[in-house]
Amino acid sequence: MRYLLLSALLLSTAIHARGTGDLGVLIERADSSVQIVETSNNTSLARVNGLGDLSHASIVYSRDAQFAYVFGRDGGLSKIDILSATLVARTLQSGNSIGGAISQDGRLVAVSNYKPGGVKIFDAETLELVADIPSTYGDKQQTSKVIGLVDSPGQKFVFSLWDAGEIWVLDMSDQNNPAIQKFKAIGLNPYDALITGDGRYYIAGLFGEDGMALLDLWDLDKGVKRILPNYGRGEEKLPVYKMPHLEGWAVAGNLAFVPAVGRHEVLVIDMLNWSEAARIKVHGQPIFVMARPDGRQVWVNFALPNNDTIQIIDTQRLAVVKQIKPGKGVLHMEFEPRGEEVWLSVRDEDRVEVYDTNTFERKAALPAKKPSGIFFTARAHRIGL
Amino acid sequence: MKPSILSALSLLVSCWAAADSSISPSRQQYLNNLLIQDCGSCHGLTMKGGLGPALLPTSLKNKPAAFITATILDGRPGTAMPAWRPLLSDQEAAWLTARLLSGDL
Repeated sequence: MRYLLLSALLLSTAIHARGTGDLGVLIERADSSVQIVETSNNTSLARVNGLGDLSHASIVYSRDAQFAYVFGRDGGLSKIDILSATLVARTLQSGNSIGGAISQDGRLVAVSNYKPGGVKIFDAETLELVADIPSTYGDKQQTSKVIGLVDSPGQKFVFSLWDAGEIWVLDMSDQNNPAIQKFKAIGLNPYDALITGDGRYYIAGLFGEDGMALLDLWDLDKGVKRILPNYGRGEEKLPVYKMPHLEGWAVAGNLAFVPAVGRHEVLVIDMLNWSEAARIKVHGQPIFVMARPDGRQVWVNFALPNNDTIQIIDTQRLAVVKQIKPGKGVLHMEFEPRGEEVWLSVRDEDRVEVYDTNTFERKAALPAKKPSGIFFTARAHRIGL
Repeated sequence: MKPSILSALSLLVSCWAAADSSISPSRQQYLNNLLIQDCGSCHGLTMKGGLGPALLPTSLKNKPAAFITATILDGRPGTAMPAWRPLLSDQEAAWLTARLLSGDL
């Protein structure tokens, strides 16, 4: 009888067990909640509440892709078990934060903060504080807002200082002795940054001047190199209604695609010599410029007043080949791991849509409250995400 | 009159009094969403600040309404605050200023 009971218990566990490879989390920015979704049948599985101010919230995953770390605007760091859809830990770690990253070995979670400015490192298991790195600069009286935080190989985190115009490389291989290497005068107001998929190049976009700042993490002694220095100089910029994002390094062959700041253009960079290869005219000021995982297409969304539109660029022809209008407030896109479908959040119409990336046909629409970021678990195994 | 109808009526009257009759209700709804969602992208959904400064009534108390309206319309050169004039009328910017100063978002 006892054996029977035990096996029945095991059986019931087995029925509920499932992998997380087709799961994801979408942010409901105005409701302090997230939805757990799955991409095999495009459905919502559960909602988790009580996560604070989620404007500009983002997520990284544990290496087993069972836990999602949610970085909220109000400084909240929440750890969610996406299988049981429960909040397992939460700490209010600062007054105002902007993003985060997880270390190469998955044991450390880093959060970048606006106020007070700096980076805090937490134990990924318990969310206990491991290190506090204030972003002091100049006469050390001030701290800078920190943006563009990414992980890089060797237990490193790389980030940029908006107010100071600096890039810092933080080495956490010895948890008790964080080592920081600072690169100063990299340009005015870095607004976001990205790291290439191999973890080698860190590139910060500049809001305060033209061009971008490039750091080769394989050769730090070379220092920061400015690229695209003449881009747009002397031309009057349009008002920027939303900061572009540099997450989602869009690469096809040797070409990289990035949003131009304050212009209706996507820039194409030749990564062999870091020069401008082309400019592609688009419908508005680009926000996210995301490559389909195979690099064949690049999907672009836009700032106000053009945020009802998505354009798709063919990376061989370097031209816009398709335009769709999912609805008002298209904030974010996330490709399914092999790229056959893409999810779009349509904030002002309270829904998420799923499109076939070959036919551009809408495959599904899911209700969601003011959805913004969408994050699939495939990120767990990618450098810099 | 039933209390619920009475309170609904008084709500209606107070809304009417607060509303700028030249901005249509649907446009007001649009502006409210813009204020919370799009201004909130930089200033926080609860206006406690982000890349941009906090816009709570306490943080704005020494700033004249006309200054706030002008900042919305023309932005602040040298910062990330853009000029919203291409998207908003003077009257709409003044309406947003009043919403911010009320603190009741």
